[in-house]
Amino acid sequence: MPALPALRAVLPGGVLRRGGVVAVQDRVRAWGEAPSYLALALAAGASAGGAWCGVVGLPGFGIAAASGMGADLGRFLMVDEPGERWAEAVNVLAGAVDVVLVRPPRRPSGEHVRRIGARIRRTARQRGAVLLVAGEWPGADVRLRLTESVWSGLGAGTGHLTGRRVTVAVDGRGAAGRERTARLWLPAADGAVREWVAETAGSTGTAGTTDRQGFGGISAEIRDGGEVVRLWSA
Amino acid sequence: MSAVPDRALAVWCPDWPVVAVGADPDTAAAVVVKNVVVACSFAARAEGVRRGQRVRDAQRLAPGLVVHARDEAAEARAFEPVLGVLAEYTPRFEVVRPGLAALPMDAPARYFGGEDLVVRGIRDRIGELGVGAGVGVADGVFAAALAARSDTRVVAGRTAEFLAAFPVPVLELPELDEPLARLGVRTLGRLAELPADAVAGRFGAAGVAAHRLARGLDARPPAPLRQGPDLTVETVFDPPADGSERIVFAAKALADELHAVLAQSGVACVRVAVEIHGTAGAAGVSGAAGAAGAAGAPEVSYRLWRHEGLLSSTAVAERVRWQLSGWQIQLQRNSTEHPADHPADQGITRLRLIPDHLTPALGVQPGLWGADEAPDRIARAAERLQAMYGPNAVTLPADRGGRTPLDQGVRTPYGDLPPDRAEAAPWPAALPAPAPADVPRRPRPAVVTDRTGAPVAVSGRLLVSAPPAELTVPGTGERLRILAWAGPWPLAERWWEPGAAVRRARFQAVTDDGRAWLLAVQDGAWLIEAVYD
Repeated sequence: MPALPALRAVLPGGVLRRGGVVAVQDRVRAWGEAPSYLALALAAGASAGGAWCGVVGLPGFGIAAASGMGADLGRFLMVDEPGERWAEAVNVLAGAVDVVLVRPPRRPSGEHVRRIGARIRRTARQRGAVLLVAGEWPGADVRLRLTESVWSGLGAGTGHLTGRRVTVAVDGRGAAGRERTARLWLPAADGAVREWVAETAGSTGTAGTTDRQGFGGISAEIRDGGEVVRLWSA
Repeated sequence: MSAVPDRALAVWCPDWPVVAVGADPDTAAAVVVKNVVVACSFAARAEGVRRGQRVRDAQRLAPGLVVHARDEAAEARAFEPVLGVLAEYTPRFEVVRPGLAALPMDAPARYFGGEDLVVRGIRDRIGELGVGAGVGVADGVFAAALAARSDTRVVAGRTAEFLAAFPVPVLELPELDEPLARLGVRTLGRLAELPADAVAGRFGAAGVAAHRLARGLDARPPAPLRQGPDLTVETVFDPPADGSERIVFAAKALADELHAVLAQSGVACVRVAVEIHGTAGAAGVSGAAGAAGAAGAPEVSYRLWRHEGLLSSTAVAERVRWQLSGWQIQLQRNSTEHPADHPADQGITRLRLIPDHLTPALGVQPGLWGADEAPDRIARAAERLQAMYGPNAVTLPADRGGRTPLDQGVRTPYGDLPPDRAEAAPWPAALPAPAPADVPRRPRPAVVTDRTGAPVAVSGRLLVSAPPAELTVPGTGERLRILAWAGPWPLAERWWEPGAAVRRARFQAVTDDGRAWLLAVQDGAWLIEAVYD
């Protein structure tokens, strides 16, 4: 199953594989009701490539954010509050959709891991699915996490959020074992996911300028009593 | 174009699934699918067995009940002799399903000297076959099929009176049964009394069709588009195909193509004609062509099947299979009579599907997901999840305009109509992209303090008392240092509606753990509207 172009470099083989479990680890989580941008981007990329996505236990799922990353919202089916029966919802969806994005309410038991693992496997009798976990999953095939993240656009009382530069670290089992990293705009100023190109990253000034040009609203000026106040801060 | 449908004759063989599996007519027998009775013999009915019962209940009522599995291929095969009788009267008979066939009455009645003679002739010939059948005549196929149940000939023009006493479920539109019953409409007569526009308004295309049938009209207004383009689809088998599997497989694909062509032209067909060409017509018996004609050996099998826009491509393929097996039986019989002329194992060279009696497609519903219809498996999973978690638990997301992140994404319960497309209207005071990833259903409380630890306040004129320095999230107990912030941006919504008015001042903030927040002050209290993470 395809991933967003910017994420292809970090995933083993550049794709999401049916039968695989991809765990996206959170750094901090306020309420555990929403996926991080990273998990959102993985599901968005799959849906843009024509895959159906089931979403379980994520009532805070940022619909506008997913759509900004290019998700095809017409291919999402959500079960927001399955409560303690989240694993059953995953099992039902795994038989129908291509990607199941789930946030288990707590660390899943061995029984859950075993049964869901069997359910998503591709066999002669079932089509197989990718399990995308927002959180921990024992024995995940691929694990993604953010090692760095810096927001830009805000100053001391000025500006607005214009994007976040992150470093994604990926490791996993088998072929995916070697840890690799990628630097991304997640999200970029227009809500999409982009590679954070090294040249631009080298001189922050350049990156800032691109931003300013890319987003008209940022460089807006306010004339306050004859004095020009520039609403911009790096 | 007359409003009254053409006279039609219907032949109805009662309990056909039971007869076709060869059950003894005098014992209690039932044909079941998935443990539910779909047909039962007269003897079983006398003991209280009914269609739709579970096998267990049926067996309790009739302990000696013999249960058979359904064999649709056998039903089609066994129906062939009956169709042979109809073919003697007109080549344009149509098969509604095995056990029920119809033919247009006008031409045969003129040719054979009156409706009565045709009815009597068909009844006698079918009687000779040893098949129990009812023959009915009325205006339109639907009424004729009902008339056949009681062996009735309905006088021309009085079909509506005849239909009035029948209960609504004979329409076989289950989605209408219950709503109509709740309205006190239990018979077709009562349904026909309702104003047509009211029925159309309440029940849509299905209601219009039901109302027309109840008034003794055709389900769809007659508006043949004969001058239109030729919508016939065909497959040529080269080399000729033998073995029905390959042909049925091709028929499925061909039916898909036919449905696509029909949908593209915006028409539906009442009937579909299936034409199967065999090799015998091409070369094999060129020398014996005269003899073949005399013996009635079909080199081409042509048959009309009732479609009404209701047959799936699988159902069309199934009908091709039935027609093929019936034809092969006929060929085998011929080949035993004239072994030299008619090799029974001839190949099939060509399969054509010809839509017959085109009408404008009415009330075609776009799928819940628009033109790109969701596959069955998705719908099945959604329905199963609804059964598990409740009807509102399964939702479909959609993008919509709005000022707050919560408004920008809507969730529609599966099965409800999705909201209108995103409004292109500008949303002043909406935040620019990127949108937050975490949008709680209701804003969470927060505490924002300045460097001295005093709560930050925002005045009515949007003056901030001091730069915010610390964010406390009571829900999780986190205390985070604010590195950068911007705001306040005013948001006033529904101020014209006293109860629903919202007046907020919004801020964005980045905290020392790397997260960014969308905060708001409303009525002096800080809220977390969304988290960017």
